Amino acid sequence: MSWTLRILYALLTLFIIMNVGLLLNGVTRKIYARVNRRVGIRFYQPYIDLVKNYSLTNLVTHGVMFYLGPIFRLTSGVGLILFIPLIYGSQGFSNFSFSGDAVLILYFLFFGTLGMALGSGESGQPHSAIGVARGLAQVTAAEIPLVLSFLSVFIQYQSLSITEIVGAQQGGILQWTFFTNPLAGITALLAFLGSMMRSPFDVVLAPQEIPIGPPTEYHGAFLGVLQTNRAIFPVAKTILYVNLFFGGAVSWPALILKAFLLYMWSVVVGTVFPRYRVDQSIRWFLKVPLALGLLSIVCIHFC
Amino acid sequence: MRSNDDFLSKKIVYGPEGDEIEVDPIRDYYCDAVPQVSKEYKRAYPGIIDRFKNWARSESIWILAYGSGCGAIEMRPLMTPKYDAYQYGIQWRPTPRQANLLMVSGYLSLKTLRIVIRAYEQMPSPKYVMGLGSCTINGGMYYDSYNTINRLDYYLPVDVYVAGCMPRPESLLDGLELLKKLIREGQGLGADIYAEKFEWYKANQKKILKSWNMPDYSW
Amino acid sequence: MQQILDALKQSVMIEDVRTQRDDLIFITVSETQAVSAITHLRDRANFTHLVILTAVDWLEDGLFQLTYLLNNPVEKTDIGVRVMIDREKARMESIHHLWPAAATYQRELREMFGISFPGSPRVNETFILDEGWDGPPPYRRDFDTLKYSEETYFPRPGRSTNDPAEYMKSMLYPEVDND
Repeated sequence: MSWTLRILYALLTLFIIMNVGLLLNGVTRKIYARVNRRVGIRFYQPYIDLVKNYSLTNLVTHGVMFYLGPIFRLTSGVGLILFIPLIYGSQGFSNFSFSGDAVLILYFLFFGTLGMALGSGESGQPHSAIGVARGLAQVTAAEIPLVLSFLSVFIQYQSLSITEIVGAQQGGILQWTFFTNPLAGITALLAFLGSMMRSPFDVVLAPQEIPIGPPTEYHGAFLGVLQTNRAIFPVAKTILYVNLFFGGAVSWPALILKAFLLYMWSVVVGTVFPRYRVDQSIRWFLKVPLALGLLSIVCIHFC
Repeated sequence: MRSNDDFLSKKIVYGPEGDEIEVDPIRDYYCDAVPQVSKEYKRAYPGIIDRFKNWARSESIWILAYGSGCGAIEMRPLMTPKYDAYQYGIQWRPTPRQANLLMVSGYLSLKTLRIVIRAYEQMPSPKYVMGLGSCTINGGMYYDSYNTINRLDYYLPVDVYVAGCMPRPESLLDGLELLKKLIREGQGLGADIYAEKFEWYKANQKKILKSWNMPDYSW
Repeated sequence: MQQILDALKQSVMIEDVRTQRDDLIFITVSETQAVSAITHLRDRANFTHLVILTAVDWLEDGLFQLTYLLNNPVEKTDIGVRVMIDREKARMESIHHLWPAAATYQRELREMFGISFPGSPRVNETFILDEGWDGPPPYRRDFDTLKYSEETYFPRPGRSTNDPAEYMKSMLYPEVDND
């Protein structure tokens, strides 16, 4: 495909994913509200919030890294979405995925957090520093079962290319990785909760604990960029999970439906459970999910 | 009486290699620029983009979650299912950097006035102030107190007052509706009025806060 | 109660005794003997809880009246030790070595009345009032707080006060001419 067409398809993908993310955010808050027996916020409210944030007239900046922090975060979100093959079998929407892309994707998953940590640290706000320390600690602990389950999937399919893994799962529901490698599937679902940063693992961004954590000093267009990333990044992670464990999708409606259902798993758990402290959540991640992850890798070899 | 002056006086700090650095906190830790009037203030009529921006600003008001007086107890029911201000797009943010609206809920003693001024100046413009209760209008129940201020609009530019002692949550919602109407019409210009009459506001503030140990404008 | 007072009379001269209830008595002692009286009450008579230390401004007599209210938690009785000190040179011995919480009460009295307690920890720091307070101590009765408020804080004109008595009169007897 020519490069102009590729770029156009990439922009179209970004546009679709951003809309899906914003609407998903709004619908999730509506569900939270309805569970609490309130009328709730309007489902198109994230759009208005974005417009309002981008229309601020003065900005206070704390230096170069402060400016680059949200850019790094958005880079990780956009990079993640452009390197995952979205629709299996469609050349247009496979964007920039090529063989060996799983390692790049794992890199992009963590890159944004580091950029955010550096940016918040530059602002000099002590609440940001506390939030960053908590956030990095929690993400480090939550990434261990995630990587273990991914490794077990890669060993099972003997390939690092996500397109091949999706291709190997076609042909019926029982071919999905979730059913052929159930230990890795369960570990991945538990690690999914940690990476979504919702209850019970949302102490990093909790407004009642510390004033909003790392994004305390970010306002205006910076916050707009962060909110845009908040729309893209979780959807990208969910689509990665769908591709690795739930058979990918051959059309947009199927992909959005599967992503929505998987996202609802974290929303349902988030609505029901209260918040963990950082040390409690690290301890939790290093108990059951770690054991299951190790077991899944061992099991691939022997069964 | 001892005050915090020794934090803000010139001093010598030592770098990581033991080198001496002279620090003047007011000049080095804080920015001493004065706020400027924005371009929207000087325009005679709002264009279509300005009207769209004002509509978006009115439909998503982020309140600084700060209750300084008795009015905090009337602001909290707005978050509960009974009055539910979230359906109007009003959300609460914990940091002044991300907030648009500062609700001064009740009387302001001198100590609280310091905090409120710093929080107001740290908010990015366009920003609005709403005064809850009679104490912000004319001193209310504490008009003869040696420690509370009598008129809020001599220290901060106020957009909407909600009268009452304390107003019920329905009155607050009515006041927020009025604020939304003002913003949509382009009258939410508190930040620009503050920048325009900056010396007058500062003179009033410095007249009653006699030990001024803050920068002139807390960016 | 009476035997406590008798035991106290051995060491301290009590100037005045007022019995309010059978478990609440106020005694007045002189300035120099107050701390020894309080120490005796705390150590020998079991009044181990300091309830409050407060002051009353007798403007016409030129005196401050400090009241130390002590409580016996076992027998549930109270005794108030009153001390009259001079209003111009208002100073009193500190009792922060008996109860550390007394330091807070003494800070408040220092700030609001101007009574100095030399030796009390942190007694000269700003506590309740703002740092820039340069007026007289506000709880003194010769400090006109309404006048201060009208001069310092810009009052909004057009304020009217409704006296409830006048309002009731005009409601009940509308035909009477009010001058």
